[in-house]
Amino acid sequence: MSPVATVKTLKIDGRDVSGRQEETILDVARQNGIFIPRLCEMDGLSDVGACRLCLVEIKGQNKLLPACVTVVEEGMEVTTGSERLNNYRRMILELLFTERNHVCSVCVSNGHCEMQMLAQRLGITHVHFPYRYPKEEVDASHERFVIDHNRCILCTRCLRVCDEIEGAHTWDIMGRGIDAKVITDLNESWGTSETCTSCGKCVQVCPTGALFEKGRSVAEMMKRRQFLPYLTMMREENE
Amino acid sequence: MKQGNTIVIDPVTRIEGHSKITLHLNEDGRVEDARFHVTQFRGFEKLCEGRPFYEMPSLMARICGICPVSHLIASAKACDSLLAVKIPPTADKLRRIFGLAQVTQSHALSLFYLSSPDLLLGMDADPAKTNIFGVAEKNPALALDGIKLRQFGQKIIERLGGKRIHPAWIVPGGVSAPLTEVDRDAILEGIPDALAIAERTLEWFKGTMERFREEISTFGNFPTMFMGIVKEDNGLTFYDGKLRMVDASGKVVAERLDPTNYSDYIGEKVEPWSYLKSTYYKPKGFPEGVYRVGPLARLNVADRCGTPRADQELAEFHELQRTAVLSSFHYHHARLIEILYCIERLEQLLNDPEILSKHVRAIAHPNALEGVGACEAPRGTLFHHYKIDEQGLIRWVNLVIATGHNNLAMNRSVLQVAKHFVQGKRLTPGMLNRVEAVIRCYDPCLSCSTHALGQMDLQIQLISPQGEVLDEVIRK
Repeated sequence: MSPVATVKTLKIDGRDVSGRQEETILDVARQNGIFIPRLCEMDGLSDVGACRLCLVEIKGQNKLLPACVTVVEEGMEVTTGSERLNNYRRMILELLFTERNHVCSVCVSNGHCEMQMLAQRLGITHVHFPYRYPKEEVDASHERFVIDHNRCILCTRCLRVCDEIEGAHTWDIMGRGIDAKVITDLNESWGTSETCTSCGKCVQVCPTGALFEKGRSVAEMMKRRQFLPYLTMMREENE
Repeated sequence: MKQGNTIVIDPVTRIEGHSKITLHLNEDGRVEDARFHVTQFRGFEKLCEGRPFYEMPSLMARICGICPVSHLIASAKACDSLLAVKIPPTADKLRRIFGLAQVTQSHALSLFYLSSPDLLLGMDADPAKTNIFGVAEKNPALALDGIKLRQFGQKIIERLGGKRIHPAWIVPGGVSAPLTEVDRDAILEGIPDALAIAERTLEWFKGTMERFREEISTFGNFPTMFMGIVKEDNGLTFYDGKLRMVDASGKVVAERLDPTNYSDYIGEKVEPWSYLKSTYYKPKGFPEGVYRVGPLARLNVADRCGTPRADQELAEFHELQRTAVLSSFHYHHARLIEILYCIERLEQLLNDPEILSKHVRAIAHPNALEGVGACEAPRGTLFHHYKIDEQGLIRWVNLVIATGHNNLAMNRSVLQVAKHFVQGKRLTPGMLNRVEAVIRCYDPCLSCSTHALGQMDLQIQLISPQGEVLDEVIRK
């Protein structure tokens, strides 16, 4: 006999929906075609709740909760798109744009960037905070791939896919707060990494143009992410 | 005894960029010296350091909104030489089409939008009327032709590159997508109309030349050398070839010069009063090595255009003067002949059976650490020179832009016009406009040439030998 799944019923944006007890609000919203913005979450990877874009309102709670790590509960009433939430989301995105150097017009991911698309969807036309213009490096030492720290938003998808799916754990985070950056091995150049298998999964899951294939010109970096849920599913079946 | 003066024109209007002109008067109140100051700075050569070279064409295109395609071409050619590849023949032809469309629209902008008010309404016309709206009022057909011709060029760029300004279609190794049959046919369909406009405008221009005898004789009418890229057969080209220089008598000074070695024979000099560098021909030194580039220079250095109608017009053009055609006023004339050539050449290239080939890009890793790309931009010869490290990141950039080549000649032209037309301590609109109009002949692009940002304003100052500003006119 297969174990019985416990199903929870709840409301998202006034709609009656249901999900298994271990599923998150984001999972259930996605299954029901309800859009919740996110940049760090990715289907097939563990959730870290880092970007805070998926914050939602839950009736009876003053605190906003990230939909990617909040599991569904019976009778929950969730709002995904209030004016308050959208203001916060716009603010988070604007801060991301100011933190490093995002110049869409000359970016390899122009037109295919998750952050750019989200900014358009949320109606961001201007950034209301001063830009920091940090001096960030580009590491093009790898034979096939490049990391441009100017465009990294520290979502850590690259870390997670490298660790959880490829099993190499080449990527990690160094430093804290505003000084945090992704590194390969012990902050060595990517081209000399002994752990990197050059599988390219990190490049494909990166939401912006921070990771890209060498030789791509402006707007040419289209990322293929279909492989990820498929890989996860096949591994689970084999276990 | 009258005090000496300086006249300052600040900012200069109906040109691409921000500049001012100072006219220095002597003790007798006559113009003694004139300077064309470019007052803007951007620093493109610095800001792309550290970027992957694959980004360079699009990054460099941002230097200019009028001729982004020329920067794309020169930049991509520099990148081709970093890759050390020969790009597929169809990519080469498609880039040429892109470039010809660009020259057409840019020349149309210069002639119809910026200079036709002077040509149609006269040099003494009310400054409030000397703009495209004034032209539309006096001669609506001419204004409409200008708009249509520019649109013809811009639409080709849009069809090929996806958008009119800063398209990312030209990439290192070729172009990113082939031409479709639908787009090819649509462009071909527009050619008869564009050709008719070019013919009409050329006839109109030739008819007005008689009215500008005084301007023709004083608008940068002096001996200089001329430089341009020519094909193997010394014919006109915008995309690729070797450099040729002729002197004022029309004699060849140097030819088959490899653009890659430009720094062997072209020097760049910085003056403390302008952000725009002055280039000169090294063997003759500074400032004797003054030369001009752009439409007038190209037609002076080329033996032929290579298309039937443009060749007829070129023959007539050479009859203007037995030597090289020296007056910068004839830049306008040369520009119109080039438009004719571009449209004829576009038709030839589009009818090439190879043009629809899907093989339009060579893929390679960088194989050289240094590369130069050169082409003829609408305003003259353009060089992009890059050095990269082993990772393919840009370490050093030098850009030599058409307007820089013309800087010495522009300064001399302003002096010549000012000496002839400016008298006394006060500026009249007619004087002012002629000083500006001679600059417009060169169609300078200051945003390109200083790789700088600015507004299209004009400022003229009249300055005494003591440095006192006696008169100043600012036009927004």
